[in-house]
Amino acid sequence: MLEMSSVAKRYRTASVETRALEDVNLSIDQGEFVAIVGPSGSGKTTFLNVAGLLESFDEGTYQLDGDDVSRLNDRQRSRLRNQKIGFIFQNFNLIPDLSVFDNIDVPLRYRKLPAQERSERIRSALDRVGLLGRIHHLPGQLSGGQQQRVAIARALVGDPRLLLADEPTGNLDSKTAEGVFELLLDLHSSGSTILMVTHEESMTTHTTRSIHIRDGYFEST
Amino acid sequence: MFRYNIFLASRGVLRHPVLSALMAVAVGLGIAMFMAIFTIAFSLSKNPLPDKKDLLYRVQLDAGDPNRQGDAASSRPHQLTYMDAVALMREGRAMRQSALFGTAAIIRPEGAEIPFEATGRAAYGDFFAMFDAPFKYGQAWTDVEDENRERVVVLSEHINDRLFGGENSIGEHITLKEELFRVVGVLDDWQLVPRVYDFNFAPIEDTFVPFTTAAEMEFARRGNTNCWQSIPGEGHQAFLASECIWIQYWVELSDPSRRASYLSFLDSYANQQKELGRFQRPLNNAIHTIDEWSDYVGAVDEGIWVTIVIALLFLTVCLINSIGLLLAKFLSRSSELAVHRAMGASRLQLFTRFLVESACIGFAGGLLGLFLAWMGLLGIRVLFRGETAISHVTHLDMPLAIATVVLAIFASLVASLYPAWRGSRGTPASLLRGL
Repeated sequence: MLEMSSVAKRYRTASVETRALEDVNLSIDQGEFVAIVGPSGSGKTTFLNVAGLLESFDEGTYQLDGDDVSRLNDRQRSRLRNQKIGFIFQNFNLIPDLSVFDNIDVPLRYRKLPAQERSERIRSALDRVGLLGRIHHLPGQLSGGQQQRVAIARALVGDPRLLLADEPTGNLDSKTAEGVFELLLDLHSSGSTILMVTHEESMTTHTTRSIHIRDGYFEST
Repeated sequence: MFRYNIFLASRGVLRHPVLSALMAVAVGLGIAMFMAIFTIAFSLSKNPLPDKKDLLYRVQLDAGDPNRQGDAASSRPHQLTYMDAVALMREGRAMRQSALFGTAAIIRPEGAEIPFEATGRAAYGDFFAMFDAPFKYGQAWTDVEDENRERVVVLSEHINDRLFGGENSIGEHITLKEELFRVVGVLDDWQLVPRVYDFNFAPIEDTFVPFTTAAEMEFARRGNTNCWQSIPGEGHQAFLASECIWIQYWVELSDPSRRASYLSFLDSYANQQKELGRFQRPLNNAIHTIDEWSDYVGAVDEGIWVTIVIALLFLTVCLINSIGLLLAKFLSRSSELAVHRAMGASRLQLFTRFLVESACIGFAGGLLGLFLAWMGLLGIRVLFRGETAISHVTHLDMPLAIATVVLAIFASLVASLYPAWRGSRGTPASLLRGL
């Protein structure tokens, strides 16, 4: 469902060009749980941004679920992102003055679904992460682990083809992190395709594949 | 999506209440100043008798000084001699016509109140119909009363309130210049802005008396008198028979197409006078609609347009401040924008959302501006009460109120274009990096 071939990404300033990704070749099938592992500055977040259509790339080809993303304009990329990708960020990225319900509602709003269907989906996603009772809370009223669960519910609610997780447990204590990771494993076991970037080797033990990245290059597949 | 944008806009406003309030105040202040000045300028420059814009004419006969320099328009006297005014009235070639002049007289009220000077206007009975004067009680005097120099008077509502407590005073008498005048009419609340028959912004006069009566009783003249030739003799009759120019003359034609024929009549009259040794200048007569006369005499001070430009510049400065406030507001929201972009919002959707938020703030600014403009106009009204007719035009009517709010929203949208573009143009990843 994800096919990258010779993808490269460079950042340019007036005086310097930085190679963030170079010759990335990757194929992920439906239902896989792939971990991209690397130290800080290795290019893993850039890779995730490119994979999640949050950033363009300079060379290569990238097909997501059959769509050649390099040919898409901003509106088409946004729609693809909305319909096929769910994001889980390291620092949760919940909007602080929106309730849990309204935070999870964000991707559904851009899909222009009717209110009744949105409400049902949100309740179902919250039920899945065990936070239905917190539906009207504000993010600030939740613990870090609960906030990340809400972020996962937001990523799930649109029923995306691909879940992208950027250091999903990076801001959590070890016990809470364990619970969140188990939730990801549950999602994987129920059929979700997950692409996760992390700097923790320990998190790769339960993934179907792990790929190391260093200085923008994939070391092994 | 629009409702969702409104929902997010309300959250955006509440998230930065101080910035939002500052922008609303900036827009409100700019709009208030502009609309207050525009309201006055608009009211002063518009024709208060639009239904008669092609029917009512100011008459000019060039009976002036033959040695006077200048082009045809500028050398033509604004007013007429008494002889010519009376002659034109006698001819009666228009549907309605009136010679008139400003005057003043001492009113001696009954009871304890001491005598006081009241402003007045001497005119023919047609005057009231020509200028759409509304009557509260009674009516204008008749042609017969004009002809017979009757001692009749029409009172303003204000003076009727003062003398008769606002009661119907028809048939009552007042003393003017030591003679009794019978009240035949009381005007309703009436204020022409500008007061087109002599083109100024003074309030409507207290009393109106027949022109013939005023001439006979030697009512005082209030206004310009230009005597380019010495008066042949002594006394009032000699003055009336002189070439002194002091009478305003207006006609109402039944149809705009009669304009040319009336002008032709004036030329014919002037030629007759030439044969009698008067009107020594080349034919240079004219008639003007109210709008033409306003332009001709420069009724609206050019300063008002300068003031509008200054108000517009002030509004621009307020909007530039708003741009800065909006930039700060929008660019501080990169975390929220990043989430929306990651969840599927396009640049256009974010841009639209910012515009909606700005329009909401503009709406609030418009309401504030409306209130401030109303307050400002109220202040002007209190300041100038009774002194000039300007106090009568210092109110916002519904179209202007709506225009105020619409202008505020439009101005806010214009001010938000750049901040909205800046706020929405980044890639989702760049917004995430800005977290």
